[in-house]
Amino acid sequence: MIVISKLIIGFLILLGSILSLISSIGILRLPDVYTRNHAASKAATLGIISIMLGVFLYFSIHEEHINTRVILGIIFVLLTSPVAGHLINRAAYYTKTPLWKNTVVDDLKNKEEG
Amino acid sequence: MAFQILLNSFIAFIWMFLHNSYSTSSFLVGYMIGLLIIFGLRRFFPRRFYLCNVLAVINLVLIFFKELILSNISVLKVILSPKLNMQPGIFALETSLKKDWEITLLANLITLTPGTLVVDISDDNKTLYIHAMDIDDVEQARNDIKNSFERAIKEVSR
Repeated sequence: MIVISKLIIGFLILLGSILSLISSIGILRLPDVYTRNHAASKAATLGIISIMLGVFLYFSIHEEHINTRVILGIIFVLLTSPVAGHLINRAAYYTKTPLWKNTVVDDLKNKEEG
Repeated sequence: MAFQILLNSFIAFIWMFLHNSYSTSSFLVGYMIGLLIIFGLRRFFPRRFYLCNVLAVINLVLIFFKELILSNISVLKVILSPKLNMQPGIFALETSLKKDWEITLLANLITLTPGTLVVDISDDNKTLYIHAMDIDDVEQARNDIKNSFERAIKEVSR
């Protein structure tokens, strides 16, 4: 039981740190604000959540201390990070940040005219 | 829905008072009995039996986690592929949801689905403008997913 839980906790924390690393690589590699925002608001969210879940499991199984603040932290990250991504995208669009040159369609432009 | 939950708690408290035992287990027994009573009297309530709403909420949470994991996998594929041959774009999506919290929930769910991010919501709350990472092969599938999300959210608020 202890060994299996150690394996699961190690997997969760490794997965979280790898996801965070890949999302930062994505922020470096992707071409414009909007696609970078995809990487930042998705991969980082799941990375942080799995790290916190690993911490919660470690303390509840090995130290026998149920820390509900970590669970609350997971819920807050889940609720707030998509909103933050949306707000950054919207602010970038209305300050006329250019889209990438390969961008195909832009329906939002029609809205501003009409 | 909130009214039925409140009524159920009242029945549980009355059960506790009748038994003169104030513990969690007697509260739970009373709650189960209240659930049976409300199920038997469900045709007198203006809305449907509230366990259906609870099941719909659980279903929505499960969809949420599934989409979160799928979206991560698809974003990782784009980031780690050697060439950037995606075609991003912004497309409009009509929504039939009315209340503010439903639209907020839909926008949050869309943001956590594979390769889509909400950029703006029109002033009359009817159109969502969505930035998609790869637009040509995805738009049809995205609309299907949106329809399933919309249906799940409507199921919750019915």
